[in-house]
Amino acid sequence: MTDQLTPVLTRNWGTERSWMIDSYLNQGGYAGLKRALTLTPEAVMNEVKDAQLRGRGGAGFPTGLKWSFVPQDNPNPKYLVVNGDESEPGTCKDIPLMMASPHTLIEGVIISAYAIKAHTAFIYIRGEVVHPIRRVRQAVTEAYANGLLGTNILGSGYDLDIIVHSGAGAYICGEETALLNSLEGRRGQPRLRPPFPAVAGLYASPTVINNVESIASVPSILAYGKDWFTAMGSEKSKGFTIYSLSGHVHHPGQYEAPLGITMRDLLALAGGIRPGHELKFFTPGGSSTPILTADDLDVVLDYEGLAAKGTMLGTKAMQVFDETVSVVRTTKRWVEFYKHESCGKCTPCREGTWWLVQILDRLEKGQGHPGDVDALLTVCSTISGKSFCTLAEGAVACVTSAVQHFRSEFEAGLTTPAWELLPYGASSAFAQADSEVAA
Amino acid sequence: MSDHEFESFFPQSGSIDMQDQSSAIDQGVIDQLTAIAARYPQKRSALMPMLHLIQAVDGRVSPRGIAVCADLLDISEAQVSGVATFYTMYRRRPAGKHHIGVCTTALCAVMGGDALLERVEQKLGISAEQTTADGLFSLERIECNAACDFAPIMMVNWEFMDNMTPAKAEQLIDDLTAGRPVASTRGPQLTSWADSERVLAGFDDGQANAGPSAGPASLAGVQVAAQHGWTGVPGPISPTDIESAAAKPKAATPKAQPDSAPPKAAAAKPAPQPASVEAQQATPEPKAEVAQPTPEPTTAVPKARSAKSAKTPKEAK
Repeated sequence: MTDQLTPVLTRNWGTERSWMIDSYLNQGGYAGLKRALTLTPEAVMNEVKDAQLRGRGGAGFPTGLKWSFVPQDNPNPKYLVVNGDESEPGTCKDIPLMMASPHTLIEGVIISAYAIKAHTAFIYIRGEVVHPIRRVRQAVTEAYANGLLGTNILGSGYDLDIIVHSGAGAYICGEETALLNSLEGRRGQPRLRPPFPAVAGLYASPTVINNVESIASVPSILAYGKDWFTAMGSEKSKGFTIYSLSGHVHHPGQYEAPLGITMRDLLALAGGIRPGHELKFFTPGGSSTPILTADDLDVVLDYEGLAAKGTMLGTKAMQVFDETVSVVRTTKRWVEFYKHESCGKCTPCREGTWWLVQILDRLEKGQGHPGDVDALLTVCSTISGKSFCTLAEGAVACVTSAVQHFRSEFEAGLTTPAWELLPYGASSAFAQADSEVAA
Repeated sequence: MSDHEFESFFPQSGSIDMQDQSSAIDQGVIDQLTAIAARYPQKRSALMPMLHLIQAVDGRVSPRGIAVCADLLDISEAQVSGVATFYTMYRRRPAGKHHIGVCTTALCAVMGGDALLERVEQKLGISAEQTTADGLFSLERIECNAACDFAPIMMVNWEFMDNMTPAKAEQLIDDLTAGRPVASTRGPQLTSWADSERVLAGFDDGQANAGPSAGPASLAGVQVAAQHGWTGVPGPISPTDIESAAAKPKAATPKAQPDSAPPKAAAAKPAPQPASVEAQQATPEPKAEVAQPTPEPTTAVPKARSAKSAKTPKEAK
């Protein structure tokens, strides 16, 4: 009998005033830091490397390996930047983490910064969420007051300052080089790589950028050891992670489980699809990952399992849609998102997303032109792989996968409005009478 | 080449409104802006929080605000404008006292966000991206705000209003109009957009302790784990500690606890009351000993569910 869910990061979220340092310390908090400070930075890095922690922000790059790219002979200061610009549609794990247990993140920041020998760390949080920002700021203040930040942390001789920075509304700043530009007080547009941030990042200095959840996973690795961590998960995807289920599931929310759970099991834990309905399609890792359908329930939700299905684990954000939902409508809204969030730097993305919306808009209205569905795919291939960052790849992924699985529904858009095919009110979370969907 | 009408890529774009030169920026504000710049290793990094403060003071990014930022940071006004017009939260026209955002990205739209936005527009008598004549409300159609498990989502002054319905939205607007207190579902009582902008600029408003630790959806998994007695860590806290009424005490962990785990932890576990158990739990705090507070995991640590356990599908849906 094994545990299907393994609350580690989420375990204290419901406790009394969990965001306060006293509560966190009482629950064993900062034990990982205390151990880390008895080790050399290299040993800490190796522990994380050996734990095989992989980035939880989308790309899944090994965290310890990323840290090891920081050239320690570079005379410039080293920086750690935490990416809390959580904006990928469907993703909603970092915000509650920062709200409920900001000290988990701060402990992770201190350990990680120690490992790469940084003395300044930044936590970049999207601006549209004021309360988590308050909580993180207060936690930083508490940490200073308790000798966990500042000079000579816990008598170790190690110094670290944390600066909490609010964004101002730009999905693109979740892309690490755009985030760095933003943090330097510039427009958040991605940079050409190389040089990679590990060599020339913030202020052209060696910089590590990690997602909130990746950093928050570090304290437990130090506290309980790499063997504990690698005992969870699947062969190449070790440890636990937070899966975010939203949409037409009976109990949407955050489910922390070992990597490698199947979608079928995860859905069952969330009470299944809302009563009286059945699964139509879902995103495995946010809207930038190709969608899957009810045929894919047994897919293994780890980095390899989803890659085998031609999609990605991404941010582990399962947006779940039942049979009432128009895939044309949904795809159009996703692409509108990418159009709105394209930073405008690369022409294929800036113009291509605009064209996709034009075509999807007429398909939704039932006014599609002959050949529109193929035109969608043509535009997608014109966008894909031709820009600095992966925003465009995400925009394209939802379109190509939706057409692949539901082509007939797109074809119907030549004659029938999507809301006639699948009345929108039926998808709503509240009573249809209350929704008055305009047609 | 095509039959479409030209439409601006950013319908609300355009530069800073140079017609409106009004500003409330005084020396006190300039001192605060200077203090923000001092937080960073390189002062230009302070531009974003500085612009948040500018709009908290002036209700939008004002021409004077642009000039002041440029002056303090030794960059050009064009560079400041370039940043101010890139990010959607910076306003070129005044926001209302309360700024309402309704999420209509795919999932929220499908879950009722479209209907919600329509109702709010009707109620306020304005369209998205406009401000009411009395200056009380501005409305924005927002993109995904990282709360999909609480869909459909509405933000007021960038505080969460979870699981909204049109009826709840109307009530909220009535309450705010009448000056009745309204609290965020996961945060403090709503005051104003300008107050939130001041927090984003880095100034404490003393509200960090308002609201719950987490909303119900954030705790969904922890509650299921508690019901089954599933744990993630061998540490002193167990999921039975969560406040959830749904959490029922479990008898004993089937897994071995690490030897070095403080025995108190195990003893305290079956505490049946759903109230805070932290008082009793205070003991295992890994205080002074820097040496190794970390129990090395023994054999039966919470295990991976690797391939084989796919056999427990429960009922599919």
